[in-house]
Amino acid sequence: MPTVLVNNQPVEIGSDERLNCIQAAAKAGVEIPAYCWHPSLSVVASCRMCLVEVGDKKPDGTVQMQPKLVPGCQTPVKDGTVIISDSQKVQEARKATLEYLLLNHPLDCPTCDQAGECYLQDYSFRYGRGYSRLQEEKNIKPDKDYIGDQITLFTDRCIMCTRCVRFTREISGSAELHVVSRGSHEEIDIFPGHPVNNKLAGNVVDICPVGALCSKDFLYQQRVWWLKSADSVCPGCSTGCSIKVDQNEDQVFRLQPRPNPLAQGHFMCDEGRFGWKYVHSENRLTTPEHRSNGQAIARDWDTVLTSARAALRKAAQSGPGRIAAVLSPWMTVEEAWLLASFVKAIDPKATLSIGNTRTTALDDHYPKDVKGRVVEPVKFTIRAEKAPNRRGVESVIQHFDGDVTPFDETLRLATEGRFKAVYLVGGDPEGWISDLQAEAFSATDTVIIQDFLPSPVLKHATHVLASGTFVEREGVFVNHGGLAQLIRKSIRTPNDSRPDQRILWDLSERRGLYHGETVRSEIAMAVDSLRELTNPLLAENGVMLNRSAEPAGVTA
Amino acid sequence: MAKREKSVMYVEEPEIGFWEATFVPAIVEGLRTTMKHLVSRETVTEQYPEQKPDLPLHYRGVHRLNRDEKDRVKCVACMLCATACPAHCITIEAAPAPKDWPDRDKFPQTFELDELRCIYCGMCEEACPVDAIELTHIYDLTGQTRDELLYTKDKLLNVFDKTRDNPRDPVRTGRGVLGPASEFQALPTLGPATQVATSDRSAKIGTAGVIESGTGNVTDGGARS
Repeated sequence: MPTVLVNNQPVEIGSDERLNCIQAAAKAGVEIPAYCWHPSLSVVASCRMCLVEVGDKKPDGTVQMQPKLVPGCQTPVKDGTVIISDSQKVQEARKATLEYLLLNHPLDCPTCDQAGECYLQDYSFRYGRGYSRLQEEKNIKPDKDYIGDQITLFTDRCIMCTRCVRFTREISGSAELHVVSRGSHEEIDIFPGHPVNNKLAGNVVDICPVGALCSKDFLYQQRVWWLKSADSVCPGCSTGCSIKVDQNEDQVFRLQPRPNPLAQGHFMCDEGRFGWKYVHSENRLTTPEHRSNGQAIARDWDTVLTSARAALRKAAQSGPGRIAAVLSPWMTVEEAWLLASFVKAIDPKATLSIGNTRTTALDDHYPKDVKGRVVEPVKFTIRAEKAPNRRGVESVIQHFDGDVTPFDETLRLATEGRFKAVYLVGGDPEGWISDLQAEAFSATDTVIIQDFLPSPVLKHATHVLASGTFVEREGVFVNHGGLAQLIRKSIRTPNDSRPDQRILWDLSERRGLYHGETVRSEIAMAVDSLRELTNPLLAENGVMLNRSAEPAGVTA
Repeated sequence: MAKREKSVMYVEEPEIGFWEATFVPAIVEGLRTTMKHLVSRETVTEQYPEQKPDLPLHYRGVHRLNRDEKDRVKCVACMLCATACPAHCITIEAAPAPKDWPDRDKFPQTFELDELRCIYCGMCEEACPVDAIELTHIYDLTGQTRDELLYTKDKLLNVFDKTRDNPRDPVRTGRGVLGPASEFQALPTLGPATQVATSDRSAKIGTAGVIESGTGNVTDGGARS
């Protein structure tokens, strides 16, 4: 195994790993500060923050150091490389670099949105000199009026790391941003008439190490030190980007991508990033209802759940196959398991079907060139399938039924009056059933709907179970490539609605409170294709359900 | 166990002497104070509503939001007061500053301070980087509903208008937009905020704003007043 010495500490690196000094030092737990280097972008070595002493350990044991400091991001390591990042020389270089970067940086941390998660603050605190010797006036450049629908540019805060420029050139391919002027007059700008409105534009806000690029959506909403984040998965499409949900006092403020090499890499698309607004929609269903002839006759969970359970049992007694459950591709694996096993326990001949999975025409690959053609290699993909967990729910249904009854088939049977009771699970915020499809259930005796937004079928409902969105639930989503990842609860459900897993846990008359690990080990025992759900790695980057298969999700 | 032994200090009860055990000296001492007050003509009672108390200068009463020289609210909505507040009584909603305020990015759209929840600790005043929020000498705060004492931005600015000329509530500082460091026109020569080793190259350069090697003194360029 090749060994690298980081501050006299030997670190083993894999023989096929191609690392630079920053990555090798990170393996040793040593931080080498850097602004312009980003693992997903090309190396420019322009910020000079990662300067370190690098040398070579010869086979005879002598160490020969290079005379000058070298940028760690641009220096690959090999067997015997010696990295020194804590010498006086390096520390002085960092102080000088930071003082230089701060020459024209305004001291407006109190009003800057990045304060609290700003690398300039962090590194100044850890490695900075603490004072400036600048006697002249700062060169303050005016803010740009408009550079994109979702992002703002505070030109004066920029330290010219050009991460955003490289992002638009290399990941989105649209190349809207560039550097104008030279030297002290350098600025980030757009080409006239070409604002940054590509579908990945929001990422430039995340990769900006300072507060120069800010999200208009989040601007001045919260101070970042108030936010509490939970690791989760974006439900916007079947890519299943790993995300962080930032919330404060039960109000979600933003989603941020969480780097995950198994899922999507470092980024996420704007559809997902800003697509969570329905969570706080005024139309949310907030109370459970038991309805008779369109009138609510009960609005408490005990009564509604008891009567829903009784209605399902009654339908089962009238003969086999009179119950149908339409699972949603927005459900977690656990919820699908709880519902399917409950329905199958009542009536082994019950129909299990999966609801409408919204799809657009084609997967959207990036980077794209100016004419919109995809450039190989693909670095980011927005999937056509706009549901997070079709694969996971289907594997649960396949365990019970062998094959999945298509939604249209269920609708046809419902129109024929085959079912006495149906259990419909919604979850797609953009609608999962059309007016016409909803009519199929107009004659069904018992229509139980578990959803958080109104849908056309609501008028035929006998039981409405007000459920939760992805930020209010916990469970497992399986993405298009078979990567199972955990979503975690970050806020409480509004008013009297309840998270889905709790509704189904109570409906199936299990004792106590919902416990995800119990359900997951139950699933892993029963369903062979989901046996990896008990893997402890699930809580981190997720696990590939099919170990032998290539991790098809790896893109960036 | 050893750790506990270290942290525990054993104190012996002092020995009580004969006279102390009789309690006579203590009783005599107490009676002497009583007699002193009995014969003295000095008044110690304050006739409160008629006679206002003479409060110390650092008294912390109702808050005010200061105005700058253009009569705009001085607050920049950084929410550091709300962060520092131990009683969580400050709620601020920030917004981008109006277009005709070129020197600001951000201003408080709403500023609510619950005077009933406040514990008057003065942490907000201390946290404020622009000296926008200050505690005045107004102590007799009354209201008939809770809403009356939920002070909005307008009410807090009114308190400023009422108290700005009161010599007891001077506008204590004349700092700029974002504290002294942000004033580029009169940038003071800066001393080190952190300790710099005398071997540091910067410490050896004889320019202004650098500590003299070894002494730790700031060579003052005279700009800091």
